[in-house]
Amino acid sequence: MSKYFLRRLAAIIPTIFFVSVIIFGLQQLLPGDAAQILAGEDQDPQVVAYLRQKMHLDQPFPVRYAYWISGVAHGDLGESLRIQEPVLGLILQKLPVTLELAAIAMLIALVIGIPAGIVSAVGKDTAWDYAANVVALWGLSTPNFWLGILMILLFSVQLGWLPASGYVSPFEDLRGNLAAMIMPAFVLGNAIAAVLMRHTRSAMLQVLNADYVRTARAKGLDERTVVLKHALRNALTPIITLGALEFGTLLSGAVLTEQVFSIPGFGKLIVDAVFNRDYAVVQGVVLFTSTVYIVLNLLADLAYFLVNPRLRG
Amino acid sequence: MNSRLVMTLVLAAAASGAQAQTLRIGLAEDPDVLDPSLARSFVGRIVFSSLCDKLVDIDEKLNIVPQLATSWQWSPDNKALTMKLRPGVTFHDGEKFDAAAVKYNIERHKTIAGSNRRGELLPVSTVDVVDDMTVRLNLTAPFSPLLTVLADRAGMMVSPKAAQANPANFGSKPVCSGPFKFVERIAQDKITLERYANYWNKAEIHFDKVTFQPIVDATVRLANLRSGQLDFIERVAPADVASIKKDPKLSIARITELGYQGITINTGKSDLAQKNPLGKDPRVREAFELSLDRAGIVKVAMDGEAEVGNQWVPPSNSFYARNVPVPKRDVARAKQLLKEAGVTNPTFTLMTPTTSDAQRLAQVVQAMAKEAGFDVKIQATEFATSLNLADKGQFDAYILAWSGRADPDGNLFSFYGCKQPLNYSGECRANWDDLLNRSRTSLAPAERIKVFATMAAEAAKERPIIYLYHRNWLWAYNKKVTGLRTVPDGLIRVQGLKM
Repeated sequence: MSKYFLRRLAAIIPTIFFVSVIIFGLQQLLPGDAAQILAGEDQDPQVVAYLRQKMHLDQPFPVRYAYWISGVAHGDLGESLRIQEPVLGLILQKLPVTLELAAIAMLIALVIGIPAGIVSAVGKDTAWDYAANVVALWGLSTPNFWLGILMILLFSVQLGWLPASGYVSPFEDLRGNLAAMIMPAFVLGNAIAAVLMRHTRSAMLQVLNADYVRTARAKGLDERTVVLKHALRNALTPIITLGALEFGTLLSGAVLTEQVFSIPGFGKLIVDAVFNRDYAVVQGVVLFTSTVYIVLNLLADLAYFLVNPRLRG
Repeated sequence: MNSRLVMTLVLAAAASGAQAQTLRIGLAEDPDVLDPSLARSFVGRIVFSSLCDKLVDIDEKLNIVPQLATSWQWSPDNKALTMKLRPGVTFHDGEKFDAAAVKYNIERHKTIAGSNRRGELLPVSTVDVVDDMTVRLNLTAPFSPLLTVLADRAGMMVSPKAAQANPANFGSKPVCSGPFKFVERIAQDKITLERYANYWNKAEIHFDKVTFQPIVDATVRLANLRSGQLDFIERVAPADVASIKKDPKLSIARITELGYQGITINTGKSDLAQKNPLGKDPRVREAFELSLDRAGIVKVAMDGEAEVGNQWVPPSNSFYARNVPVPKRDVARAKQLLKEAGVTNPTFTLMTPTTSDAQRLAQVVQAMAKEAGFDVKIQATEFATSLNLADKGQFDAYILAWSGRADPDGNLFSFYGCKQPLNYSGECRANWDDLLNRSRTSLAPAERIKVFATMAAEAAKERPIIYLYHRNWLWAYNKKVTGLRTVPDGLIRVQGLKM
């Protein structure tokens, strides 16, 4: 067991190295001159030259990479040249915001998507079913930013119930935090709710036709128990897997939503960094995310290994 | 609950509301670093105007008015500027503001690595501390834009002690002498400033806090104002003006910018200039200009929120050259010129940043020029990339806006001077360099107006840049806000603002 674990652990280092080279290499393909953009409107040539030198853009690719990776090896992801703040600090500041947003969005998606899927499966070909399908289609095809702006106009401008944008930390003001999060989380969760609804519906339909459900009905159980206890439990397993997969979609979908609602999260951090050609931030964020992904993958494999005796041999 | 307790609570709530009054400003972008020496963005200057006082300021009519300097005098040879400083001013860390602090700041601007002020202060050779409250800036040559330069970031004063204590990251915790001091910045989210109790002009400050929130989308920015989350927003979309006017809770203010929106033509930046009908022949450029109806462009592309113009300053500016009036559209003459030039169907590519107003402008230009026979291909290019292409001369024509400076020199010198950084057209003429330098060395406005008139006539003949209009700065704010001053630099002056 320990041999397997060690082998997997050892594989992480070349993987991260490989990823870091790709990140660094891809970034060089971004058009435009980073120093020029950072130098701002005036573009004083001396400032451009200074920034180029500071970012080692005047050096060949391997040298530039070496500067960066040796910093990373010391836990230093560099500094945003635009605002003079360390990249690691920015990441740690923004990540919890996006995770919270994604978690609430997921909750909303589950709360809407699964019951709607059940209702439409149970009432197949009824008005409920058609209604749920239309709503799901709408949810899938509505662009996030458009829905976001419409919601702002309705709930903030017209009704004045919710703040139009901005973020409040839950540790400062929990109610304010939820008020700021609910609209973006709904916008984000809405599309996923639609996916979950469609899948719940088809999984439920399959299960509802299964023999054991017929048996349950034959035993004279009431429909409610049949649907919720016997059918749903069995239908839920693939849906939960799907939900977990959709979490990744959530994180990438957060990019647009965070822009619309000015939520200072991970998505906004990377978008702004790309437009400002704030290389250190882009590199840091991508390296951070890929490392987290690699480590999580390893942990998942490890957990699988521990619970599944057949793998241990 | 007894009524006395309720009363007390209500009073307490009212009192705290009155005490902790915050001005909440919505910005169109997240500012860059808040160090006056290094700062590069326009939006950063809006934050600075609450945070850092300058030696002098400009007013609504672009006059230079006192701020940290109370009076100033040029030497007879115009090569030294002596300034009397305001007594009793302190920085946010309690340090005293005096002549030594000015000397430190000018030298810091000139020498700190990566300074964006170095170029602006190039003519300043040394700074003398005459006495505690008098400072003298010695110049290598007369430099008329100096005072307007000192009315911007180059004139901002930071605490020498704080800057020395934190040389590498001063911008993440700036210490100045303005009405509000820095509290906190959460990148892309919020900048919070708090009233500075010992501000020299505190009678004019009526807020306890100012917060700046960057919200990129103009619709969302306005929604925040409407829902009462913000008190003030900058850069309103012209298309929203009509609806704001109808809103009884909101006010709108506008002022013509110092800068311009124009089309820069590659006339000599690279070999492409000779392959491009516009770049090759001034008659084609003239035809192109004559095909355009500026008033129509402003109406369609800017919802009327701009002043038509054909120079680097708007016609309302005292330095506008009256001898070169805005030409009228003349399609027949444009066609004739193209015939003379032997290109009846010239084709060129118009590069434009991806912002929505630049794109709209490009489309209107394309449609108008078509009537004269031009085949304009629009190439929408992400801003960073477009700048880079322009710098390398890989373009025919380029829609480029300039935010402008209070002195015309700031809209002119870098764009027309040989080998200057913003000279994207590549036009390089010895007599133009001569004129540009003469405008810098002469201090008499009448003299400078004459120089600009000559320059305007030359530029209008060669057309390396075809100026189209000067946008309005559009601000929207809660009706309760009073005391707003509309200064053409587009900055929000908190002095005198009330709610």
